Amino acid sequence: MKAFWSRAGWAGLALLGAAALAHVAMARGETLNALWLITAAVCVYLIAYRFYSAWIAANVLAIDATRATPAERLNNGRDYVPTNRWVVFGHHFAAIAGPGPLVGPTLAAQFGYLPGTLWILIGAVLGGAVQDMVTLFLSTRRNGRSLGQMARDEIGAIGGTAAMIGTFLIMIILIAVLGLVVVNAMKHSPWGTSTVAATIPIAMLVGVYMRYLRPGRVLEASLLGVILLLASVVFGGWVDHHPVLGALFDHEGLPLAFGVIVYGFAAAVLPVWLLLAPRDYLSTFMKLGTVLMLAIAILWLRPEIHMPAITPFIDGTGPIFGGKLFPFVFITIACGAISGFHALIASGTTPKLITSEGDIRMIGYGAMLLESFVAIMAMIAATVLEPGVYFAINSPAGVVGKEALDAVNAISSWGYQVTVEQMQHLASAMGESTLFARTGGAPSLAVGMASILGTVFGEHLLALWYHFAIMFEAIFILTTLDAGTRVGRFMLQDMLGNLHPKLGETSYTPSVILTSALVVAGWGYFLYIGVIDPNGGVNILWPLFGIANQMLAAIALSVATGVLIKSGKVSKAWITGLPLIWLLAITTTAAYEKVFSSDIRVGFFAAANDLSQKLASGVLPPEKAAVAPQLIFNQQLDAWLTLFFVSMLWVVVLDMARMSRRYFAGQPVRPSSEAAYVASRLV
Amino acid sequence: MRAYLLKQAWQRVRQLSGDDAYERYLAHYADVHTGQPGVHAPLSRAEFFKQWQDQKWMGVKRCC
Repeated sequence: MKAFWSRAGWAGLALLGAAALAHVAMARGETLNALWLITAAVCVYLIAYRFYSAWIAANVLAIDATRATPAERLNNGRDYVPTNRWVVFGHHFAAIAGPGPLVGPTLAAQFGYLPGTLWILIGAVLGGAVQDMVTLFLSTRRNGRSLGQMARDEIGAIGGTAAMIGTFLIMIILIAVLGLVVVNAMKHSPWGTSTVAATIPIAMLVGVYMRYLRPGRVLEASLLGVILLLASVVFGGWVDHHPVLGALFDHEGLPLAFGVIVYGFAAAVLPVWLLLAPRDYLSTFMKLGTVLMLAIAILWLRPEIHMPAITPFIDGTGPIFGGKLFPFVFITIACGAISGFHALIASGTTPKLITSEGDIRMIGYGAMLLESFVAIMAMIAATVLEPGVYFAINSPAGVVGKEALDAVNAISSWGYQVTVEQMQHLASAMGESTLFARTGGAPSLAVGMASILGTVFGEHLLALWYHFAIMFEAIFILTTLDAGTRVGRFMLQDMLGNLHPKLGETSYTPSVILTSALVVAGWGYFLYIGVIDPNGGVNILWPLFGIANQMLAAIALSVATGVLIKSGKVSKAWITGLPLIWLLAITTTAAYEKVFSSDIRVGFFAAANDLSQKLASGVLPPEKAAVAPQLIFNQQLDAWLTLFFVSMLWVVVLDMARMSRRYFAGQPVRPSSEAAYVASRLV
Repeated sequence: MRAYLLKQAWQRVRQLSGDDAYERYLAHYADVHTGQPGVHAPLSRAEFFKQWQDQKWMGVKRCC
């Protein structure tokens, strides 16, 4: 009888999910209630988790709860520690979910809510969550080895090197684009800038508190920090109206970019306890708290989505980034659907904490579903805005024009009505001087969040909510920036250590300064170009980041597929093989278009050639002619980078195919590096 | 029952944030090292926290 009710319950859930999805896909009314999206998403997640992930765990990976995990066998009370599954889940989720799932869906909303939503759901349950879970499983069976090491051990030396170089370059581009998002959110916003600036001394205070004043009292210190952060949002409003302080924090993009660059260098050189670690605590608490609050507010408010299901921009003429729906929606939304970066967290840190193999499914698959849900909420926050307002905020001045009137005329001519007064009214309600051309996704997400949170928690507090959202985004963007620069520094030191051993020492000051400066110069260059680019920079950097991140995912899926084939599970290797083929298709197509397309809004070389011709014939306005040589060089560099990423990807996949062919032909392949079975004493 | 659940939840929060890392270290120390010859006394809270924090940030810890 119990089995009957359980089956009936799941069947009912499946029907509900199918109905909600059908409604989301078919609805062509004026608006759609966001609850449909939430219902469809939750049903898809529950069913995928209950059936697909359970099937993979039992029948493909053959998870064995009686097998001792590395945390149990190698328990040293430090990095290998058997830990409660909910605690590991929390650590893992906090590590994988950064600003990516917030920015990507916001940008992809230019195609309408439907394409992005479907990709977030399907990509996560069939691709991203499978990748995370399988990688976590493989690493747990190999004493917590990293993705690069596993690639080397299981397939060949090439995969390991590709994973390492890939990670380094992704880090550089990721930091640049995130830096750009923060700069665009702070541009001419004394309130935003002063609040973001205040997070630095607040983090330092918290750092000193938990290192020296009350050592190890993490929760006390974090609570203090969170209160100060909230106070800084309120204080920012006062700064905004102050004649002297207001002017002090009112800047163009370029000085802000240099500020971020100097900050990034300082953060990489300063000891972790002073800035990075305390900032990370604050950002984690803020992240969890705000995501929860947003979920409650969306459920409470059930806002209407005003964006159409599909916009005409699927033909590639979109203002926010160029390129057709296929493949660019899949490149724009990486985090939230499938993100290769997760494979680095799922191999290395998390597997050393897992108490039982039985927890792998919940942590690997479950945490990714939660991140996917965050991406759905970001999509909702972007699409509850009137489409005209959404495009006015996110379209770069280079596309719709610098003057407010030009911008509203251009946007209204596409059929999305918006007026200058409406935008001015919105900007003043949010406490900003203007909201035109605030590219990067953070301001539009903040407007969306402020209107949702403001309706539930106080309409008159819109400006506070807006800047709270900006602070919330900035604080963990800066955490990623700090942590990424540091990881980049370690990797570079590791590589340089092969040339000159002294440079490889992580505590050797000249090496620390040299490698930090090199890493900061790397992302600082892309950030600088992004700021001087009249088209906003995000439209170049974000696709590049997407391609790089998908390349890393393809490496992780190659390793997983190769191991499954080698261990005799050929008939089930499609669980990672099919997502791999899909990623190969989208990444290769996207890279091909970015390099060879003759459309100057898509192709890097086409844009470079177009700009050179215009420069040579003297038709460019003087301020654009001044930066044109740098933009031309950058477009060419980006084209070569894209080619590099895609060739890396193919090298790894072909290496995996070579190994599989040897296996099928009965020739020797590298032996499995799986640790031997030891019975767990915890069951 | 409710008090028990609240206490459990609080413990999870402390564990998640690392607030109780030192207590767990002492417990681990008592389990493994007590009575072994040549083993130094457990670290002080401040010393332990320093090592714990520095080591925590040695690899890829944050994603996109």
